[in-house]
Amino acid sequence: MRLKRDKLMPILFIMPSVITVGVFVYGFISWTGFISFTKWNDVLPNYTLIGFENYRKLFANMRFQIDLRNTLVFTVIFVISCLLIGLLLAIFLDQKIKSEGIFRNLFLLPMAISFVVSGVIWRWLFNPGSIQLGNIGVNQLFEKLGLNFLTCGWYTDPKIGIIAVAIAAIWQFSGYTMALYLAGLRGIPIELREASAIDGADKWQIFYYIIFPLLRPITFGAIIILGHISLKIFDLVVAMTGSGPAFSCDVPALFMYDTTFRGNHFAQGASIAIILLLLISLLIIPYLISTFRKEA
Amino acid sequence: MKIPTTRILIYLILVLFTVFYIIPMYIMILTGMKSFSEVGLSTMWNLPRSLNFESFRLAWLGSAKGGFRGLSGSFLNSLWLVIPATIISAIFGSLNGYVLTKWRFYGSDLIFTMILFGMFIPYQSIIIPLVLTLQKLHVYGTIPGLILVHVIYGIPISTLIFRNYYITVPTEMVEASKIDGANFLGIYRWIIFPLSTPGFAVAMIWQFTSIWNDFLFGLIVTPNPASQPITVALNNLAGSYIVQWNVQIAGALLTALPPILVYIFLGKFFLRGLMQGSLKG
Repeated sequence: MRLKRDKLMPILFIMPSVITVGVFVYGFISWTGFISFTKWNDVLPNYTLIGFENYRKLFANMRFQIDLRNTLVFTVIFVISCLLIGLLLAIFLDQKIKSEGIFRNLFLLPMAISFVVSGVIWRWLFNPGSIQLGNIGVNQLFEKLGLNFLTCGWYTDPKIGIIAVAIAAIWQFSGYTMALYLAGLRGIPIELREASAIDGADKWQIFYYIIFPLLRPITFGAIIILGHISLKIFDLVVAMTGSGPAFSCDVPALFMYDTTFRGNHFAQGASIAIILLLLISLLIIPYLISTFRKEA
Repeated sequence: MKIPTTRILIYLILVLFTVFYIIPMYIMILTGMKSFSEVGLSTMWNLPRSLNFESFRLAWLGSAKGGFRGLSGSFLNSLWLVIPATIISAIFGSLNGYVLTKWRFYGSDLIFTMILFGMFIPYQSIIIPLVLTLQKLHVYGTIPGLILVHVIYGIPISTLIFRNYYITVPTEMVEASKIDGANFLGIYRWIIFPLSTPGFAVAMIWQFTSIWNDFLFGLIVTPNPASQPITVALNNLAGSYIVQWNVQIAGALLTALPPILVYIFLGKFFLRGLMQGSLKG
């Protein structure tokens, strides 16, 4: 009798969470999926099914095509820069640096700040100024340092708008990658390096043959985390630039918001959300399965 | 004594990156403290000649004459929202973590993975049904509604944090008390809960920061300015053409202040939450 109760209680206690997640995550995703196949592109719900019509329209939409391209550019720049900066800073901080703690805390501080806050600040920093004002923000700083060739239109320039947003995101997340790598480096037994040094390996060889391969799981995890953040990016873009000139800073999450909540095209918005979810699932599900396998 | 050039180079690069990371903070603090007569955009980088907190006052209280709302009301909204949401989601996380580590059953790992997925989804993919449901429950547009949303979508991360923490609590302790006749609740009450302080610290600090910093849910669930959280109010303040830029920047600093204080004083726990969001076990 007691045994039975002991088996039941844990299940009883986890059930509320399981049901809640079941409904609010999986149920709602299915609901959104259903909406994306309907005609509900007006204020009032209309659940007439029209198949893949919303998806067909979506991929034919110029703004969405620009968004996909922007997402690709943003993701590549953001993920690679964060990995490189993070690794570089972690390796440097691991060299018995004086006041390592101060550096580390400053590098990580942006992680504590809301995307909206950083969006507001970077909007002013990357404001290119005007003929009346002259250079302001970062451009003015470059001018003062004699680095005039670096001044540019930032997010007002359709060619590089999305890169300006990526820089703000790199500012926010590269410290995080540094922390991941630093934890990884600290986890490598010192004996391993010493042994290889005794075997005659120089510093570069130790990095190349011992340390980098051991950091590979961290790189893999960081790519998943950063990649899914960049696919979801929304707050930063809204606060910093909005869609930008000719949608040059636009991203799918913002397009979804505009379509759904400003344009009342609910079914069309739902289709954007589902595409976004599919892209993220491509990254996350293999990651979750591999974690699950390891532990099972 | 000769310092090798590589070491100088390392320090130089570290300092350079420090500049990159603190420039926005520098501008925030600097601009906030300038008087209106010297806040011109073209003198953005200059140090203030005297201390003046007028920008903060306007960002906090707003200005009837200028026609914009201050952030004070939404600062309090965020506080009333974050405190209950943080506590409730930590309680859920603790119980889930306890079950998933000390009372594993057939399928419990699968359940954990399924819960975890909820942490990664783009919330756009649930937001339309969410709004419809909140309207049905008559909590759409209210702070309780927003609390509910944060508790629900906080379940995955708080479960993960507690699960990773309880894994470090020796299972032998639990097994021994089972033999001694302690039951599910008794073990939680007398063994697990008293050991949980670090877990609660990490989970609550993580949830505090991420709920305070949330924008999407606040934007969509509370369109009414009277119940908006501070991030949404800041975005409105900064998106308005009638608000001077120094007031916007002061508002940004006010919005960032609570998480920054948490980071400064409880950074150790914040960092632990950060690492657990990515590295399992």
